[in-house]
Amino acid sequence: MGLIVSDVTVARSGAPLLAGLSFTVAEGTALVLRGPNGIGKTTLLRTLAGLQPPVAGTVTFPDDSAAYASHADGIKAQLTVVENLRFWAEVHGSTVPDTVYQAFELTDLKDRLAGTLSAGQKRRLGLARLGVIGRKVLFLDEPTVSLDAFSVKGFARWLREEHLARGGLAVIATHIDLGLEAPELELSPFRAAPDAAGGSDEAFL
Amino acid sequence: MSIWEYANPKKFIATSTPLVPWVMGLAVAGLVVGLVWGFFFTPDDYRQGSTVKIIYLHVPAALMAINAWFMMLVASLIWLVRRHHVSALAARAAAPIGVVMTLIALLTGAIWGQPMWGTWWAWDPRLTSFLILFLFYLGYIALWEAIDDPDTAADLTSVLCIVGSVFAVLSRYAVRFWNQGLHQGTSVPVATGGRTVDDVFFVPLVICMVAFGLLFVGLVLIRTTTEIRARRMRALEARMRR
Amino acid sequence: MIALLKRDLALAVRAGGGFGLGLAFFLIVVVLVPFGVGPEAAVLSRIAPGILWVAALLAALLSLDRIFALDFEDGSLPLLATSPLPLEGVALIKGAAHWITTGLPLTLAAPALGFLLNMAPGAYLWLLLSLALGTPALSMIGTFGAALTVGLRRGGLLMSLLVLPLYVPTLIFGAEAVQRGAAGLPATTPLLMVAGITLGCYALLPFAAAAALRVNLR
Repeated sequence: MGLIVSDVTVARSGAPLLAGLSFTVAEGTALVLRGPNGIGKTTLLRTLAGLQPPVAGTVTFPDDSAAYASHADGIKAQLTVVENLRFWAEVHGSTVPDTVYQAFELTDLKDRLAGTLSAGQKRRLGLARLGVIGRKVLFLDEPTVSLDAFSVKGFARWLREEHLARGGLAVIATHIDLGLEAPELELSPFRAAPDAAGGSDEAFL
Repeated sequence: MSIWEYANPKKFIATSTPLVPWVMGLAVAGLVVGLVWGFFFTPDDYRQGSTVKIIYLHVPAALMAINAWFMMLVASLIWLVRRHHVSALAARAAAPIGVVMTLIALLTGAIWGQPMWGTWWAWDPRLTSFLILFLFYLGYIALWEAIDDPDTAADLTSVLCIVGSVFAVLSRYAVRFWNQGLHQGTSVPVATGGRTVDDVFFVPLVICMVAFGLLFVGLVLIRTTTEIRARRMRALEARMRR
Repeated sequence: MIALLKRDLALAVRAGGGFGLGLAFFLIVVVLVPFGVGPEAAVLSRIAPGILWVAALLAALLSLDRIFALDFEDGSLPLLATSPLPLEGVALIKGAAHWITTGLPLTLAAPALGFLLNMAPGAYLWLLLSLALGTPALSMIGTFGAALTVGLRRGGLLMSLLVLPLYVPTLIFGAEAVQRGAAGLPATTPLLMVAGITLGCYALLPFAAAAALRVNLR
């Protein structure tokens, strides 16, 4: 069972943003969300991940299998790279596989405090979290911000070979080409009409 | 036909608008009758003299100060359970009225206490409880004001109102434990059915209490209507921007 | 949940964690009091239990806004919310971690400061006991306040306004226990009330805090 999104409407601050979204993502595949800034990619991903309820429609995926990642990595500057990853692994009841350090080019940085890493290195650490938590359904919001071209390729390779190849799936909002050969979903046609139903403002209109 | 139909904002405004003049008219009439009767046509108390007459402001205000919080608690629960926007906005509308009632009770109490106890303020359990209630009102109102998103604000203030209610009751018992106090016993004990006030004082007092109750209802209706309109403006502006 | 507790404790003691600030604040407030009320030993001895309790309460208040604000800013909070940990558990652990890093040191330091205020010898045991039983409630109530105001840019001041009235019962019973101890009266009743408040707070407030967090993460 993969991710099934049926007839979902999402809202931000009381007004619907996207309406009537339906799609499925099978295990082992990824879906790339496209659309101009402000269309609602972040709101959609947060809704899919369960951080906010959809105004209408249903989102189904296997229980306790989702993970969310956004621009903010949840990295603690005072902890080392290893400690940061070990924390997230323990929270998810798993352990840190050694391959993660290679996949995200962190081998030489293991014992550095996260606060001393560069922006790109921090981003790689943030993405490495996805490799240690053992979650199948990933909702990624602009995962490649501040990564160089080489690291983007490395991340895409991890996603393809380590995650998707093992039956995981991912929904990714991104503006760049990851080279994943994944289907793309353009969100513009789903933009909610100004008088769309739903949202808490509706009662007052 | 269910009572929840009135939770629709438009229906609420349509129903409450014609009611408001009647409620407010009755409240003003009751206040005039009750206060004039109480101030000029009741005998002086044999111990407290004419200072006792402040009771016609003090007791009804204190009553409404507590009832306003109770109404906010009920409205908050309705919002959390049934998500009726009018309920949340009514709770928001009631808070400033409650805070004013608390202030009236505290100020008239001070004015009454000065000649009776020889002090404007004593850390008496009842006085202290009302001071704490005043602080709870301030926090509640401040939280409403601080949050931009109306739904978030309604949710968080509702949670605060429920937790605050528990702590307010707890504070009342703590304060009683802490200091036994000067304040006289309750004037109208509901639980025992008896009363400690004589009939000549009691009838105008009841009129004043009813009038304060009506005043509260009328003000809440007016302020809720205002809140609904402000919320509607916000929704319309949001739609225009899209 | 143990992992979260371990991480929060590690963060508190490492550089920039602010561990010890609360203690220093506690010391300064207590030292300032004699400058305000005069050095007379009898006066200080009489007000010592109340001063120590109020100062401990303010010191605990000082670090409350760090409970969730840091995790909110760096994005940990939504990640925790989508992790297998229930948010109620997160709130409970956050409250416990705050107590271990502020309430516990304050409790241990309080008797030393009691000497500065010339506190009655009979009161020290009650001071230790009442703070040990009462400061956990302060941390949990503060966690609830922090959860309510986590999304606000300048939530610190507002949180103090929300949290301080909630502190009233704990303060009354806690200080009363020490007062009675100082006067040589039996103090078990207020002490039991403090313990009851603490248990009630840890039983119920994590749910309220988690509800507030969910709303703020929307």
